[in-house]
Amino acid sequence: MNYETAAAFAQTGGLIYFVVLFAAVIAFVLWPRNAERFREAAKIPLKED
Amino acid sequence: MNGLALFGLGIAAALGLGVAAGAADEGMRIHAMLFAGAAIIAVFFLINRIYEPKVSPAGGSDRIDYNDGVVRAGAIASVFWGLVGFLVGLTLALQLAFPVLNFDTAWLNFGRLRPLHTSAVIFAFGGNVLIMSSFYVVQRTCRARLAGELAPWFVFWGYQLFIVLAATGYLLGITQSKEYAEPEWYIDLWLTIVWVTYLLVFLATLWKRREPHIYVANWFYLAFIVTVAMLHLINNATVPVSLMGSKSYIAWAGVQDALTQWWYGHNAVGFFLTAGFLGMMYYFLPKQAGRPIFSYRLSIVHFWSLIFLYIWAGPHHLHFTALPDWAQTLGMVFSVMLWMPSWGGMVNGLMTLSGAWDKIRTDPLIRFMVVSLAFYGMSTFEGPLMAIRTVNALSHYTDWTIGHVHSGALGWVAYISFAAIYFLVPPLWGQARLYSLRLVNVHFWISSIGIVLYITAMWVSGILQGLMWRAYDNLGFLEFSFIETVEAMHPFYVIRAVGGLLFVIGMLVMIYNLWRTIRGEVRAEAPMAGTAAARA
Repeated sequence: MNYETAAAFAQTGGLIYFVVLFAAVIAFVLWPRNAERFREAAKIPLKED
Repeated sequence: MNGLALFGLGIAAALGLGVAAGAADEGMRIHAMLFAGAAIIAVFFLINRIYEPKVSPAGGSDRIDYNDGVVRAGAIASVFWGLVGFLVGLTLALQLAFPVLNFDTAWLNFGRLRPLHTSAVIFAFGGNVLIMSSFYVVQRTCRARLAGELAPWFVFWGYQLFIVLAATGYLLGITQSKEYAEPEWYIDLWLTIVWVTYLLVFLATLWKRREPHIYVANWFYLAFIVTVAMLHLINNATVPVSLMGSKSYIAWAGVQDALTQWWYGHNAVGFFLTAGFLGMMYYFLPKQAGRPIFSYRLSIVHFWSLIFLYIWAGPHHLHFTALPDWAQTLGMVFSVMLWMPSWGGMVNGLMTLSGAWDKIRTDPLIRFMVVSLAFYGMSTFEGPLMAIRTVNALSHYTDWTIGHVHSGALGWVAYISFAAIYFLVPPLWGQARLYSLRLVNVHFWISSIGIVLYITAMWVSGILQGLMWRAYDNLGFLEFSFIETVEAMHPFYVIRAVGGLLFVIGMLVMIYNLWRTIRGEVRAEAPMAGTAAARA
């Protein structure tokens, strides 16, 4: 493997990796079934010590 | 466990004495003796602890017996190291304005004091605030006692020993000349042991949580602990010249070393000074405001995008160097992309106060937090701007960089820390409230004026310096000699020192206020803005 193939792999791979990752995080966050879980989680610091 | 700890301390003391006997240089001898001394003192305290009568926790069975002793110690250490770090910073500012203050001695010259200042404020003040607050927050948000009994204390005292070894080393001239990673190989090894213990204590506490969900503040803390461990191990891959000597050399050289160093250096900013303190923001701001974070969903997007982008931004420290152009561009592009998660986090924090904006008027702790978020937003806007290659051509190596760092460090890191310490001290010492909220307000205004003087002076001085360096006359010669640019900056150096002095005065006001609070006193004073702002 020479420098060009390594660079092309890293650049294309990096692009796909980050886009897929970001899409997965957004999907996880906006998934309707998770809404209740996040609402509960946000209240954790406000529970009595 | 106590027996094992005594055994370990015995070995540590013997190792320290052995190295001291055969040390290859004076610095190593002093440090080995310090290390042995610390181990012997620890033996006494451990034996004392073993023979201490056991006190069973008071209260009903449903009350969690939180381990707050180590948090109290951390709060004291944070305030102490904060004052030390700020005082050394003020000394440096005065040395730059009036070079005679270098006193013609090697120990107090600017080159040795400078790492003492950066390490004292970042690692001693910031590190203690992070360890202390993470121990507090992880217990409260997991509703579980901190894992281990000796381990958290080992983390606390081990970390203080690391600070003392690093700081005395700088004054003795021991350094591996890597910015923010100056401590030599044996101090790095010690920090590794302490840090891995810290990680294990944190993970074990998460493991025994009674709360099904891991609150987002803990994610940020965990990212901070894990990433700092990784950065520390890789950037300090050095080979000692002798096992008995303090000097070591990095395993790789040249541009590879430069890239590793700034991958480390920028992520010290990203994970030590940002992720960890964001963890504090996500706990203390909702707590003090008495309302949940604006959007928990946004906090998750904030977390994942911040940690995945930050790690690539380091090469922007190496524009116009031997680093390949594509790597410089990569660092620049990722820095610019960081705008989004940073501002997402700032908006998330600020919008938490939506519908309760009056608290900025009535609660000086909220005031500290809001201004810290404003500085977070401002410095994370300025940073990507300065990472753009053409802007960097003007800003790099000038005081603009120093101003940028301090708007983040004083405005964001120190302010959110002050707010957290003011929040924590009354409950940690069993007091209902602070001695005086009005003094918190005094602290706020004195140090805010200090910060504004500091950063505006550095903007003007930095841009002036950058423009003078690149000024050519009509024959193509440089217009100014270097010393002329130094002379031109003198008034701004004086203004900066005044700003630093105000910041130190603010810190003294804080220490006075906390001291009276711990003694259980309450100042008779009119409440802020006509309403009782007593802490819930």
